[in-house]
Amino acid sequence: MNHIDWFPRKLGIISLVLLVITWGGVLAQAPKDVLSADSLGAPAPAPPTNVRVIDKPNDAGHGLIIRWDLSADDTSGLKNVDRYEVLRSDAPDGEFISRGIVFRGVNEYEDVDDMKPTASSPNPNYMAEGSTWFYKVVALSNQQVYSEPSEIVVGTTRENLFHWGKLPILIAVIIFTAYLLNFIISAKKGKKLYIRPLAGIDAVDDAIGRATEMGKPILFILGLGTAADIATIAGFTILSRVAKKTAEYQTRVLVPVQDPVVLAVAQETVRTAYLEAGRPDQYNSDNIFYVTAMQFPYVAAVNSIMLREKPATNFYMGLFYAESLLLAETGNIAGSIQISGTDQIAQLPFFVAATDFTLIGEELYAASAYLSQEPVQLGTLKAQDYTKAIIMIIIILGAIAITGKWTFIRDIITIHL
Amino acid sequence: MTTGQLILNGIAAFLTLCIFSFLYKDNPFYKFAERLVAGVATGYWTILLYHTNFTDKVIEPIFINGQYHYIIPAVLGIMMWTRFSRKWSWISRYPIAFYIGIGSGVSITVYLYTYLFKQLQATISTPLTLDLAGLNVLIIVIAVLSALIYFFFSSAHKGIFNVASRFGIYVIMIGFGAGFGLTVMGRVALLVQRIIFLRDYIVALFGG
Repeated sequence: MNHIDWFPRKLGIISLVLLVITWGGVLAQAPKDVLSADSLGAPAPAPPTNVRVIDKPNDAGHGLIIRWDLSADDTSGLKNVDRYEVLRSDAPDGEFISRGIVFRGVNEYEDVDDMKPTASSPNPNYMAEGSTWFYKVVALSNQQVYSEPSEIVVGTTRENLFHWGKLPILIAVIIFTAYLLNFIISAKKGKKLYIRPLAGIDAVDDAIGRATEMGKPILFILGLGTAADIATIAGFTILSRVAKKTAEYQTRVLVPVQDPVVLAVAQETVRTAYLEAGRPDQYNSDNIFYVTAMQFPYVAAVNSIMLREKPATNFYMGLFYAESLLLAETGNIAGSIQISGTDQIAQLPFFVAATDFTLIGEELYAASAYLSQEPVQLGTLKAQDYTKAIIMIIIILGAIAITGKWTFIRDIITIHL
Repeated sequence: MTTGQLILNGIAAFLTLCIFSFLYKDNPFYKFAERLVAGVATGYWTILLYHTNFTDKVIEPIFINGQYHYIIPAVLGIMMWTRFSRKWSWISRYPIAFYIGIGSGVSITVYLYTYLFKQLQATISTPLTLDLAGLNVLIIVIAVLSALIYFFFSSAHKGIFNVASRFGIYVIMIGFGAGFGLTVMGRVALLVQRIIFLRDYIVALFGG
């Protein structure tokens, strides 16, 4: 094994060389003493002037913005400014510590620290709401010579109740909600809301019938999302419909899940569906079971369920990641009919290629409304359609406006975080 | 490679081959590897959750830092445990409803920002000009409008609406094709990486 044993020695030598290089680098980067013009013979740059501190707008009170006028030697004069260093203290005569560095030509620094200290992780730099801080700014030349510090200025953090940069989002939510309420009220009053048929939906009932005829179970996979993800919520609605049908036909539905809360919701969904179908005695909570929370172990376990149980139909409805193709291909090997639906754009190509029917993106939500025919869901879908119509109008007008060099439409929809 | 590394890599190589054996058919080696990985993952996840959720979000805030408002989510968590009782399991519906409601509500702003406003802004940021760049913008605008029409569920796809939605689905499929190719390349890279690992192990074992 000599050809193997020399390897650690070589590795040790390489590690030592790397260590020396790293140490040298650290020494080169170590903070240097403030050098005066005399010590190097190089001139110090003029200090930045007119330093002012303002509260960081649209935040929760953990930040301040420091602005200054550039040093006279930044873009003119000696032109020897390399960067500016912002120093902070909690008292005008206290110790000033460096908070950040910006390059020449930049006259603003945002000082933010919202990491609240705890007993186990203290944070002396934490900027509490309403805390007062003192700042000064120094310029540093390209020969590492500091300028005189600027005058000391003071600023106090302030909590902002409203994030004005997100105003367009609020307006969009208000418009959408207005549509939503209007359509929900209309649907509850009995108005028929039309939704065009979806190919994947018509296949759902056929697939359940096939499983019944074959005497094999149905496998329903809710993906890797949490119970709060929109795609998973849509998956629950489709699961409800499938479970109700399987209760009527006395077909088993297996639901392996990877999240404890999803497990709880899925069990509730199936139990309610069996109750509605008039067969609460048929409900078996062991058919909706937890596998594991990690992605690929979950896939390995579900794949083996597919090959051992040989389900007649596999449903993939929810949030999927890299496991989509692994699952769908195994389902193909097992000879199952497969119906998929997700809003994950990166995974849709795999479902389109490997499953028999795919609900693309928003079709998953539409399917959920189509199947349930609930006024709230139908109203939501209608509201989405009308919002889409507004979006199309904005795109057409925006494209025309920007071509005519008018930026007002683009500016209106720009979010400033 | 030391003897210890040789043994550890040997176990990894054996488990890799066990998983690959699934390509032939389901077999006891695959079953062994599958159950081992599922069991290890569950154990690991449980301990991870204990440290990142129970210790950090219950023990430390309430009992060490005195942040008593953390009692509210802790109580909601305890309410989930009522699922084990047939009589009291209805209580667990409240934390579930709270969790789903909060999750959906919080994601509205993020969704609108990333999936609506950012995309809208990008679509109408470049002027239409009489050159290739302008043609590119025109294609993007038409493609986005067509794809939106495809996802319009309130009216049947007939007439001009049908033409636009068909073009929309072609656009979507072109996008999917590109995404498929890109991801397959990534997967092939993962396979190559694993094959290199096996080759290196064989070389270390037998020399080469």
